[in-house]
Amino acid sequence: MGDHADIDRQVRTYILVFVSLMALTIITVTISRFHLPVPAAVTVALIVACIKGGLVASYFMHLISERKLIYWVLGFTVACFFAVLLLPLWTHFDPILNH
Amino acid sequence: MEIPFTVAERPDTGLNNGKIGIWLFLASEVMLFGALFASYLMLRIGATVWPRGDSILNVPLATVNTIVLISSSVTMVMAWASLKRNDFGKFRLFQGLTILAGLCFLGIKYVEYSAKFHHGLLPSKNTFLAIYFTLTGLHGLHVIGGMVVNGYLWGPGAKLWKTDPEHFTNRVENSGLFWHFVDLVWIFLFPVLYLL
Repeated sequence: MGDHADIDRQVRTYILVFVSLMALTIITVTISRFHLPVPAAVTVALIVACIKGGLVASYFMHLISERKLIYWVLGFTVACFFAVLLLPLWTHFDPILNH
Repeated sequence: MEIPFTVAERPDTGLNNGKIGIWLFLASEVMLFGALFASYLMLRIGATVWPRGDSILNVPLATVNTIVLISSSVTMVMAWASLKRNDFGKFRLFQGLTILAGLCFLGIKYVEYSAKFHHGLLPSKNTFLAIYFTLTGLHGLHVIGGMVVNGYLWGPGAKLWKTDPEHFTNRVENSGLFWHFVDLVWIFLFPVLYLL
């Protein structure tokens, strides 16, 4: 009984998350129509995408209540992910290469 | 011999083997797409001109696809929740809807790709189209892969529910984790490729 009540509560959360994701999708598309300068457009689009991604990962993938080992695995992965993303930027702004 | 820890949690990790396995696999997937996102970044900052995605790509169709994929994530998690409630009929319904949404996503992608090919917008045309087709093509392959697994669990794989419901529920949870990851990747691909 307790288990079922818990699942019912989770289902309500899923529906709330779904509505939020839809609203954020509409916000993303609407903002893109303002044709903001590229740095501002990139910042806003990525912030909204990160919020949406965070909602999917936290609630649909249950990361909000996951075991420590998973957090360690993902923490290491995210660090490597950002290192890979930063590599092109480092090379692009390298003063020796750009000399 | 029975494979251990398919249902019970390992005492050392507090997780069953399937859960650890799928998260390690997803970690490798993050790096795969991460490398491609880094390539996109490198191509974009190195280019003298870069087109806005909405000047070449079909934003309304991609928006519909975003809505379809987000909806499929909800039906996927509802399929898992149905099994937790011991409602196999509802599981079949929601899992079926997830597969249909995947088909719908691929159908829309086919329409998009066909229009591009019809207008001579091939990957060889420029770097923007090359990275667009690479990223969306790889994502599409992931959608197909997810649909195959979801289809198996909806059809022949569902027999396990009768003999070992907890094991079957774990399988659905793990395939769901993959499906949500596919949704998550699209959440970033959509603004990066279509709107910026």
